[in-house]
Amino acid sequence: MVTVASLARPRPSDPASQRAWDIAAEVCDPEVPVLTIEDLGVLRSVAVTADGTHVILTPTYSGCPAMEAMRDDVTSALAGAGYQNVTVELVLSPAWTTDWMSDEGKAKLVGYGIAAPTGHSGVRPTGTVRLQLAVKCPRCSSLNTRELARFGSTSCKALYECRDCLEPFDYFKVL
Amino acid sequence: MSDTIEQDGHGHVDVDTVQLSAELVEAASVASHDVAEYALWLGDDSLVLAQNLGWWISRAPELEEDIALGNIALDLIGHARSLLHYAGAESGRTEDDLAYWRDEPQWRSAHLFEQPNGDFAHTIARQFIAAHYLFELYSTLMESTDATLAAIAAKAVKEVDYHRDHSIQWVLRLAQGTEESRRRMITGLSDLWPFVEELFVDEPLIDRLEGVAVRPSSLRAAVEGAMFPVLAEAELEVPRGFISSGGGRRGDHSENLGPLLAELQVLARAHPGAKW
Repeated sequence: MVTVASLARPRPSDPASQRAWDIAAEVCDPEVPVLTIEDLGVLRSVAVTADGTHVILTPTYSGCPAMEAMRDDVTSALAGAGYQNVTVELVLSPAWTTDWMSDEGKAKLVGYGIAAPTGHSGVRPTGTVRLQLAVKCPRCSSLNTRELARFGSTSCKALYECRDCLEPFDYFKVL
Repeated sequence: MSDTIEQDGHGHVDVDTVQLSAELVEAASVASHDVAEYALWLGDDSLVLAQNLGWWISRAPELEEDIALGNIALDLIGHARSLLHYAGAESGRTEDDLAYWRDEPQWRSAHLFEQPNGDFAHTIARQFIAAHYLFELYSTLMESTDATLAAIAAKAVKEVDYHRDHSIQWVLRLAQGTEESRRRMITGLSDLWPFVEELFVDEPLIDRLEGVAVRPSSLRAAVEGAMFPVLAEAELEVPRGFISSGGGRRGDHSENLGPLLAELQVLARAHPGAKW
Protein backbone atom coordinates (compact mmCIF):
# COMPACT_ATOMS: atom_id res chain seq x y z
CA MET A 1 0.00 0.00 0.00
CA VAL A 2 1.32 3.42 -0.89
CA THR A 3 1.10 5.69 2.11
CA VAL A 4 1.84 9.39 2.26
CA ALA A 5 4.98 8.57 4.27
CA SER A 6 6.38 6.21 1.63
CA LEU A 7 5.62 8.70 -1.14
CA ALA A 8 7.34 11.43 0.82
CA ARG A 9 10.55 9.51 1.54
CA PRO A 10 10.94 6.69 -0.98
CA ARG A 11 14.24 5.37 0.46
CA PRO A 12 15.35 2.36 -1.60
CA SER A 13 15.32 -1.15 -0.15
CA ASP A 14 18.63 -2.58 -1.37
CA PRO A 15 21.64 -1.84 0.88
CA ALA A 16 23.93 -0.44 -1.85
CA SER A 17 21.32 2.09 -2.98
CA GLN A 18 20.46 2.89 0.63
CA ARG A 19 24.07 3.91 1.33
CA ALA A 20 24.05 6.22 -1.70
CA TRP A 21 20.62 7.58 -0.71
CA ASP A 22 21.95 8.48 2.75
CA ILE A 23 24.79 10.48 1.15
CA ALA A 24 22.51 12.28 -1.30
CA ALA A 25 20.03 12.90 1.54
CA GLU A 26 22.60 15.09 3.32
CA VAL A 27 22.52 17.72 0.53
CA CYS A 28 20.81 20.90 1.70
CA ASP A 29 18.51 23.35 -0.03
CA PRO A 30 20.78 26.30 -0.95
CA GLU A 31 17.98 28.79 -0.18
CA VAL A 32 16.82 27.20 3.08
CA PRO A 33 20.06 25.62 4.30
CA VAL A 34 18.54 23.98 7.40
CA LEU A 35 16.51 21.65 5.20
CA THR A 36 17.98 18.65 3.43
CA ILE A 37 16.55 17.55 0.12
CA GLU A 38 15.21 14.51 1.99
CA ASP A 39 13.39 16.75 4.51
CA LEU A 40 11.87 18.64 1.59
CA GLY A 41 10.73 15.51 -0.20
CA VAL A 42 12.69 16.56 -3.29
CA LEU A 43 14.86 13.43 -3.30
CA ARG A 44 12.75 10.83 -5.10
CA SER A 45 15.01 7.91 -5.96
CA VAL A 46 18.59 6.68 -5.75
CA ALA A 47 19.60 3.51 -7.60
CA VAL A 48 23.09 2.02 -7.67
CA THR A 49 23.64 -0.42 -10.52
CA ALA A 50 26.60 -1.82 -12.41
CA ASP A 51 26.25 1.07 -14.87
CA GLY A 52 26.44 3.82 -12.29
CA THR A 53 24.34 5.76 -9.81
CA HIS A 54 21.07 7.28 -10.91
CA VAL A 55 19.33 9.90 -8.79
CA ILE A 56 15.88 11.37 -9.35
CA LEU A 57 14.90 14.76 -7.96
CA THR A 58 11.63 16.61 -8.36
CA PRO A 59 11.43 20.41 -8.39
CA THR A 60 9.50 22.23 -5.69
CA TYR A 61 8.32 25.01 -8.04
CA SER A 62 8.59 24.78 -11.83
CA GLY A 63 10.94 27.74 -12.06
CA CYS A 64 12.90 27.20 -8.86
CA PRO A 65 16.51 28.20 -9.62
CA ALA A 66 17.77 26.20 -6.63
CA MET A 67 17.22 22.96 -8.56
CA GLU A 68 20.41 23.43 -10.57
CA ALA A 69 22.42 23.88 -7.38
CA MET A 70 20.80 20.82 -5.79
CA ARG A 71 21.56 18.75 -8.86
CA ASP A 72 25.23 19.83 -8.81
CA ASP A 73 25.53 19.27 -5.06
CA VAL A 74 24.10 15.75 -5.28
CA THR A 75 26.48 14.92 -8.12
CA SER A 76 29.53 16.18 -6.23
CA ALA A 77 28.47 14.60 -2.91
CA LEU A 78 28.17 11.18 -4.54
CA ALA A 79 31.28 11.61 -6.70
CA GLY A 80 33.19 12.70 -3.58
CA ALA A 81 32.12 9.47 -1.87
CA GLY A 82 33.54 7.47 -4.75
CA TYR A 83 30.41 6.78 -6.79
CA GLN A 84 30.99 6.49 -10.53
CA ASN A 85 28.85 7.69 -13.42
CA VAL A 86 26.44 9.72 -11.31
CA THR A 87 23.44 10.95 -13.24
CA VAL A 88 20.75 13.21 -11.78
CA GLU A 89 17.39 13.40 -13.48
CA LEU A 90 14.60 15.90 -12.76
CA VAL A 91 11.09 14.50 -12.98
CA LEU A 92 7.82 16.40 -12.64
CA SER A 93 5.43 13.59 -11.81
CA PRO A 94 4.06 13.04 -9.27
CA ALA A 95 4.07 16.78 -8.62
CA TRP A 96 5.87 17.83 -5.47
CA THR A 97 3.74 18.91 -2.53
CA THR A 98 4.50 20.41 0.87
CA ASP A 99 2.67 17.35 2.26
CA TRP A 100 5.92 15.47 1.66
CA MET A 101 7.92 17.67 3.99
CA SER A 102 9.03 15.65 7.01
CA ASP A 103 8.02 16.58 10.56
CA GLU A 104 11.72 16.99 11.39
CA GLY A 105 11.99 19.33 8.42
CA LYS A 106 9.03 21.39 9.64
CA ALA A 107 10.57 21.64 13.12
CA LYS A 108 13.90 22.73 11.61
CA LEU A 109 12.13 25.39 9.52
CA VAL A 110 10.48 26.89 12.60
CA GLY A 111 13.79 26.87 14.46
CA TYR A 112 15.29 28.76 11.52
CA GLY A 113 12.57 31.43 11.70
CA ILE A 114 10.32 30.27 8.86
CA ALA A 115 6.74 29.20 9.64
CA ALA A 116 6.08 25.68 8.35
CA PRO A 117 3.23 24.94 5.92
CA THR A 118 -0.14 24.53 7.65
CA GLY A 119 -2.80 22.19 6.36
CA HIS A 120 -2.70 20.07 3.25
CA SER A 121 -2.29 20.76 -0.41
CA GLY A 122 -5.05 20.42 -2.96
CA VAL A 123 -6.13 22.52 -5.86
CA ARG A 124 -9.42 24.04 -4.96
CA PRO A 125 -12.21 23.85 -7.49
CA THR A 126 -13.28 27.05 -9.17
CA GLY A 127 -15.49 29.22 -7.04
CA THR A 128 -14.51 27.82 -3.66
CA VAL A 129 -12.71 29.83 -1.04
CA ARG A 130 -9.23 28.94 0.12
CA LEU A 131 -9.38 28.10 3.81
CA GLN A 132 -6.15 28.23 5.69
CA LEU A 133 -5.32 27.51 9.31
CA ALA A 134 -3.77 30.39 11.19
CA VAL A 135 -0.04 30.67 10.65
CA LYS A 136 1.94 30.53 13.86
CA CYS A 137 4.69 33.11 14.45
CA PRO A 138 8.00 31.19 14.54
CA ARG A 139 9.37 33.62 17.15
CA CYS A 140 6.63 34.03 19.76
CA SER A 141 4.22 31.25 18.66
CA SER A 142 1.30 33.69 18.48
CA LEU A 143 -1.50 32.79 16.09
CA ASN A 144 -2.36 36.47 15.73
CA THR A 145 -0.56 36.92 12.42
CA ARG A 146 -1.44 38.27 9.00
CA GLU A 147 -0.26 37.88 5.44
CA LEU A 148 1.62 40.90 4.08
CA ALA A 149 2.36 39.44 0.65
CA ARG A 150 1.58 36.04 -0.80
CA PHE A 151 4.81 36.06 -2.81
CA GLY A 152 8.00 36.31 -0.79
CA SER A 153 11.77 36.06 -0.99
CA THR A 154 11.64 32.74 -2.87
CA SER A 155 8.93 30.97 -4.88
CA CYS A 156 8.01 28.76 -1.94
CA LYS A 157 7.46 31.48 0.66
CA ALA A 158 4.96 34.20 1.58
CA LEU A 159 5.64 37.19 3.82
CA TYR A 160 3.76 37.45 7.13
CA GLU A 161 3.85 39.66 10.17
CA CYS A 162 3.08 38.88 13.79
CA ARG A 163 0.62 41.26 15.42
CA ASP A 164 1.86 40.39 18.90
CA CYS A 165 5.66 40.53 18.66
CA LEU A 166 5.38 42.80 15.56
CA GLU A 167 8.12 40.95 13.67
CA PRO A 168 7.83 40.05 10.00
CA PHE A 169 8.55 36.45 9.04
CA ASP A 170 8.56 34.08 6.09
CA TYR A 171 5.92 31.39 5.73
CA PHE A 172 6.50 28.27 3.64
CA LYS A 173 3.34 28.16 1.50
CA VAL A 174 1.22 25.07 1.09
CA LEU A 175 1.56 23.73 -2.44
CA MET B 1 19.89 22.05 -39.15
CA SER B 2 20.10 19.47 -36.41
CA ASP B 3 23.70 18.80 -37.49
CA THR B 4 24.78 22.35 -36.75
CA ILE B 5 23.18 22.20 -33.33
CA GLU B 6 24.77 18.89 -32.44
CA GLN B 7 28.23 20.27 -33.23
CA ASP B 8 27.85 22.87 -30.56
CA GLY B 9 25.15 22.54 -27.93
CA HIS B 10 23.94 26.11 -28.04
CA GLY B 11 25.36 28.60 -30.47
CA HIS B 12 26.43 28.78 -34.09
CA VAL B 13 22.95 28.15 -35.38
CA ASP B 14 22.34 29.75 -38.73
CA VAL B 15 19.18 31.70 -38.10
CA ASP B 16 17.90 31.23 -41.62
CA THR B 17 17.96 27.47 -41.29
CA VAL B 18 15.88 27.38 -38.11
CA GLN B 19 12.54 27.29 -39.81
CA LEU B 20 9.79 25.60 -37.90
CA SER B 21 7.69 25.06 -41.00
CA ALA B 22 10.51 23.15 -42.68
CA GLU B 23 10.87 21.04 -39.58
CA LEU B 24 7.19 20.25 -39.66
CA VAL B 25 7.31 19.03 -43.24
CA GLU B 26 10.18 16.69 -42.48
CA ALA B 27 8.38 15.10 -39.58
CA ALA B 28 8.78 11.38 -39.23
CA SER B 29 5.81 10.99 -36.92
CA VAL B 30 2.78 13.18 -37.51
CA ALA B 31 1.43 12.60 -34.03
CA SER B 32 4.55 13.63 -32.19
CA HIS B 33 4.93 16.63 -34.46
CA ASP B 34 1.45 17.76 -33.60
CA VAL B 35 2.11 17.29 -29.92
CA ALA B 36 5.32 19.30 -30.26
CA GLU B 37 3.41 22.08 -32.01
CA TYR B 38 0.82 22.10 -29.24
CA ALA B 39 3.54 22.23 -26.58
CA LEU B 40 4.92 25.22 -28.47
CA TRP B 41 1.57 27.04 -28.20
CA LEU B 42 1.55 26.67 -24.45
CA GLY B 43 5.26 27.23 -23.94
CA ASP B 44 5.27 30.40 -26.02
CA ASP B 45 2.29 31.82 -24.12
CA SER B 46 4.12 31.36 -20.83
CA LEU B 47 7.50 32.60 -22.00
CA VAL B 48 6.11 35.73 -23.64
CA LEU B 49 4.03 36.57 -20.57
CA ALA B 50 7.03 35.98 -18.28
CA GLN B 51 9.19 38.28 -20.41
CA ASN B 52 6.55 41.01 -20.14
CA LEU B 53 6.15 40.58 -16.37
CA GLY B 54 9.88 40.69 -15.72
CA TRP B 55 9.86 44.36 -16.74
CA TRP B 56 8.02 45.22 -13.53
CA ILE B 57 10.85 44.18 -11.25
CA SER B 58 11.93 47.45 -9.58
CA ARG B 59 9.03 49.33 -11.20
CA ALA B 60 5.88 48.00 -9.48
CA PRO B 61 3.81 50.25 -7.18
CA GLU B 62 5.32 48.62 -4.09
CA LEU B 63 8.18 46.31 -3.24
CA GLU B 64 5.87 43.38 -2.54
CA GLU B 65 4.53 43.66 -6.10
CA ASP B 66 8.02 43.64 -7.61
CA ILE B 67 8.48 40.35 -5.80
CA ALA B 68 5.03 38.97 -6.62
CA LEU B 69 5.24 39.71 -10.34
CA GLY B 70 8.84 38.47 -10.42
CA ASN B 71 7.83 35.21 -8.75
CA ILE B 72 4.88 34.75 -11.09
CA ALA B 73 7.21 35.32 -14.05
CA LEU B 74 9.60 32.74 -12.62
CA ASP B 75 6.86 30.12 -12.35
CA LEU B 76 5.86 30.86 -15.96
CA ILE B 77 9.48 30.50 -17.14
CA GLY B 78 9.52 27.13 -15.39
CA HIS B 79 6.41 26.04 -17.30
CA ALA B 80 7.85 27.41 -20.55
CA ARG B 81 11.12 25.53 -20.03
CA SER B 82 9.33 22.21 -19.52
CA LEU B 83 7.04 22.79 -22.50
CA LEU B 84 9.73 24.04 -24.89
CA HIS B 85 12.07 21.26 -23.83
CA TYR B 86 9.34 18.80 -24.76
CA ALA B 87 8.48 20.64 -27.97
CA GLY B 88 12.10 20.75 -29.12
CA ALA B 89 13.13 17.20 -28.31
CA GLU B 90 11.24 15.92 -31.31
CA SER B 91 13.27 18.08 -33.75
CA GLY B 92 16.59 17.90 -31.90
CA ARG B 93 16.38 21.42 -30.51
CA THR B 94 16.91 22.60 -26.96
CA GLU B 95 14.63 24.96 -25.08
CA ASP B 96 17.23 27.69 -25.67
CA ASP B 97 17.27 27.02 -29.41
CA LEU B 98 13.51 27.56 -29.46
CA ALA B 99 13.56 30.62 -27.21
CA TYR B 100 16.44 32.48 -28.84
CA TRP B 101 16.61 31.37 -32.45
CA ARG B 102 13.08 31.55 -33.77
CA ASP B 103 11.83 34.66 -35.52
CA GLU B 104 8.43 36.21 -34.99
CA PRO B 105 6.40 34.16 -37.53
CA GLN B 106 7.61 30.94 -35.88
CA TRP B 107 6.19 31.88 -32.48
CA ARG B 108 2.81 30.48 -31.49
CA SER B 109 1.79 32.74 -28.59
CA ALA B 110 -1.74 34.12 -28.43
CA HIS B 111 -2.08 37.91 -28.65
CA LEU B 112 -3.21 38.34 -25.05
CA PHE B 113 0.20 37.37 -23.70
CA GLU B 114 1.97 39.78 -26.05
CA GLN B 115 0.01 42.83 -25.00
CA PRO B 116 2.17 45.54 -23.45
CA ASN B 117 2.32 46.00 -19.69
CA GLY B 118 0.64 49.41 -19.90
CA ASP B 119 -0.01 50.80 -16.44
CA PHE B 120 -0.34 48.50 -13.44
CA ALA B 121 -4.09 48.07 -14.02
CA HIS B 122 -3.44 46.86 -17.58
CA THR B 123 -0.96 44.31 -16.28
CA ILE B 124 -3.47 43.16 -13.66
CA ALA B 125 -6.23 42.88 -16.28
CA ARG B 126 -3.92 40.76 -18.45
CA GLN B 127 -2.99 38.62 -15.42
CA PHE B 128 -6.63 38.23 -14.46
CA ILE B 129 -7.55 36.83 -17.88
CA ALA B 130 -4.34 34.84 -18.36
CA ALA B 131 -4.36 33.18 -14.93
CA HIS B 132 -8.01 32.18 -15.20
CA TYR B 133 -7.41 30.74 -18.66
CA LEU B 134 -4.23 28.92 -17.63
CA PHE B 135 -5.82 27.53 -14.48
CA GLU B 136 -8.71 25.95 -16.39
CA LEU B 137 -6.40 24.83 -19.19
CA TYR B 138 -4.00 23.01 -16.88
CA SER B 139 -6.83 21.62 -14.73
CA THR B 140 -8.08 19.86 -17.86
CA LEU B 141 -4.68 19.06 -19.37
CA MET B 142 -3.84 17.06 -16.23
CA GLU B 143 -6.08 14.38 -17.74
CA SER B 144 -4.25 14.35 -21.09
CA THR B 145 -3.38 10.97 -22.55
CA ASP B 146 0.08 12.41 -23.18
CA ALA B 147 1.96 11.65 -19.94
CA THR B 148 4.46 14.51 -20.28
CA LEU B 149 1.83 17.17 -20.89
CA ALA B 150 -0.24 15.76 -18.01
CA ALA B 151 2.76 15.93 -15.66
CA ILE B 152 3.64 19.51 -16.64
CA ALA B 153 0.00 20.53 -16.18
CA ALA B 154 -0.34 18.85 -12.77
CA LYS B 155 2.70 20.79 -11.59
CA ALA B 156 1.73 24.10 -13.18
CA VAL B 157 -1.89 24.17 -12.04
CA LYS B 158 -0.96 24.51 -8.38
CA GLU B 159 1.27 27.49 -9.12
CA VAL B 160 -1.20 29.16 -11.45
CA ASP B 161 -3.80 28.88 -8.68
CA TYR B 162 -1.71 31.37 -6.69
CA HIS B 163 -1.42 33.65 -9.74
CA ARG B 164 -5.18 33.62 -10.09
CA ASP B 165 -5.67 34.60 -6.46
CA HIS B 166 -3.17 37.40 -6.83
CA SER B 167 -4.97 38.87 -9.83
CA ILE B 168 -8.41 38.58 -8.20
CA GLN B 169 -7.27 40.46 -5.13
CA TRP B 170 -5.90 43.28 -7.26
CA VAL B 171 -8.97 43.51 -9.50
CA LEU B 172 -11.14 43.89 -6.40
CA ARG B 173 -8.79 46.37 -4.76
CA LEU B 174 -8.33 48.58 -7.82
CA ALA B 175 -12.01 48.51 -8.78
CA GLN B 176 -13.14 49.38 -5.26
CA GLY B 177 -10.27 51.70 -4.38
CA THR B 178 -10.14 55.32 -5.43
CA GLU B 179 -11.96 56.91 -8.34
CA GLU B 180 -8.64 56.94 -10.22
CA SER B 181 -7.80 53.28 -9.54
CA ARG B 182 -11.30 52.27 -10.61
CA ARG B 183 -11.06 54.31 -13.80
CA ARG B 184 -7.77 52.64 -14.64
CA MET B 185 -9.08 49.13 -13.88
CA ILE B 186 -12.04 49.72 -16.21
CA THR B 187 -9.72 51.00 -18.96
CA GLY B 188 -7.27 48.14 -18.50
CA LEU B 189 -10.00 45.53 -18.65
CA SER B 190 -11.63 47.01 -21.75
CA ASP B 191 -8.24 47.30 -23.52
CA LEU B 192 -7.36 43.65 -22.83
CA TRP B 193 -10.80 42.09 -23.33
CA PRO B 194 -10.62 41.97 -27.17
CA PHE B 195 -7.88 39.32 -26.78
CA VAL B 196 -9.99 36.89 -24.73
CA GLU B 197 -11.73 35.41 -27.76
CA GLU B 198 -8.58 34.01 -29.38
CA LEU B 199 -8.00 31.79 -26.34
CA PHE B 200 -11.15 29.83 -27.20
CA VAL B 201 -10.53 29.31 -30.93
CA ASP B 202 -10.16 25.68 -32.07
CA GLU B 203 -7.44 25.50 -34.71
CA PRO B 204 -7.27 22.40 -37.00
CA LEU B 205 -4.38 21.10 -34.87
CA ILE B 206 -6.80 20.46 -32.03
CA ASP B 207 -8.86 18.04 -34.16
CA ARG B 208 -5.75 15.91 -34.62
CA LEU B 209 -4.99 15.82 -30.90
CA GLU B 210 -8.20 14.49 -29.42
CA GLY B 211 -7.53 13.38 -25.85
CA VAL B 212 -4.04 14.90 -25.90
CA ALA B 213 -4.75 18.62 -26.20
CA VAL B 214 -7.45 20.61 -24.47
CA ARG B 215 -10.06 21.89 -26.90
CA PRO B 216 -9.91 25.68 -26.43
CA SER B 217 -13.64 26.23 -27.02
CA SER B 218 -14.39 23.78 -24.21
CA LEU B 219 -12.72 26.10 -21.69
CA ARG B 220 -14.96 29.10 -22.27
CA ALA B 221 -17.68 28.18 -19.80
CA ALA B 222 -15.27 27.47 -16.95
CA VAL B 223 -13.07 30.52 -17.57
CA GLU B 224 -16.00 32.90 -17.89
CA GLY B 225 -17.78 31.18 -15.02
CA ALA B 226 -14.81 31.96 -12.77
CA MET B 227 -14.12 35.49 -14.02
CA PHE B 228 -17.63 36.92 -14.21
CA PRO B 229 -18.50 36.60 -10.50
CA VAL B 230 -15.28 38.43 -9.60
CA LEU B 231 -16.15 41.22 -12.02
CA ALA B 232 -19.65 41.36 -10.54
CA GLU B 233 -18.23 41.58 -7.02
CA ALA B 234 -15.93 44.38 -8.20
CA GLU B 235 -18.97 46.05 -9.80
CA LEU B 236 -17.28 45.96 -13.19
CA GLU B 237 -19.14 45.24 -16.40
CA VAL B 238 -17.93 42.58 -18.79
CA PRO B 239 -16.50 44.67 -21.64
CA ARG B 240 -18.18 44.39 -25.03
CA GLY B 241 -17.30 45.44 -28.53
CA PHE B 242 -14.14 45.06 -30.58
CA ILE B 243 -12.68 41.53 -30.87
CA SER B 244 -9.11 40.99 -32.01
CA SER B 245 -8.64 38.91 -35.15
CA GLY B 246 -6.04 36.80 -33.33
CA GLY B 247 -3.94 34.40 -35.38
CA GLY B 248 -1.05 33.93 -32.97
CA ARG B 249 -1.27 30.13 -33.24
CA ARG B 250 -0.59 30.47 -36.98
CA GLY B 251 2.30 32.89 -36.50
CA ASP B 252 0.31 36.09 -37.15
CA HIS B 253 1.23 38.33 -34.25
CA SER B 254 0.47 41.74 -32.86
CA GLU B 255 2.99 44.53 -33.34
CA ASN B 256 4.14 43.96 -29.76
CA LEU B 257 5.86 40.62 -30.22
CA GLY B 258 8.75 41.86 -32.39
CA PRO B 259 10.18 44.35 -29.87
CA LEU B 260 9.62 41.87 -27.04
CA LEU B 261 11.58 39.17 -28.87
CA ALA B 262 14.32 41.65 -29.78
CA GLU B 263 14.96 42.20 -26.08
CA LEU B 264 14.54 38.53 -25.17
CA GLN B 265 16.93 37.33 -27.86
CA VAL B 266 19.53 40.07 -28.24
CA LEU B 267 22.11 38.64 -25.85
CA ALA B 268 21.98 35.11 -27.20
CA ARG B 269 22.25 36.39 -30.77
CA ALA B 270 25.01 38.90 -30.07
CA HIS B 271 27.09 36.26 -28.29
CA PRO B 272 26.13 32.86 -29.73
CA GLY B 273 27.05 30.02 -27.41
CA ALA B 274 27.95 32.35 -24.54
CA LYS B 275 27.88 30.78 -21.08
CA TRP B 276 28.22 32.19 -17.59
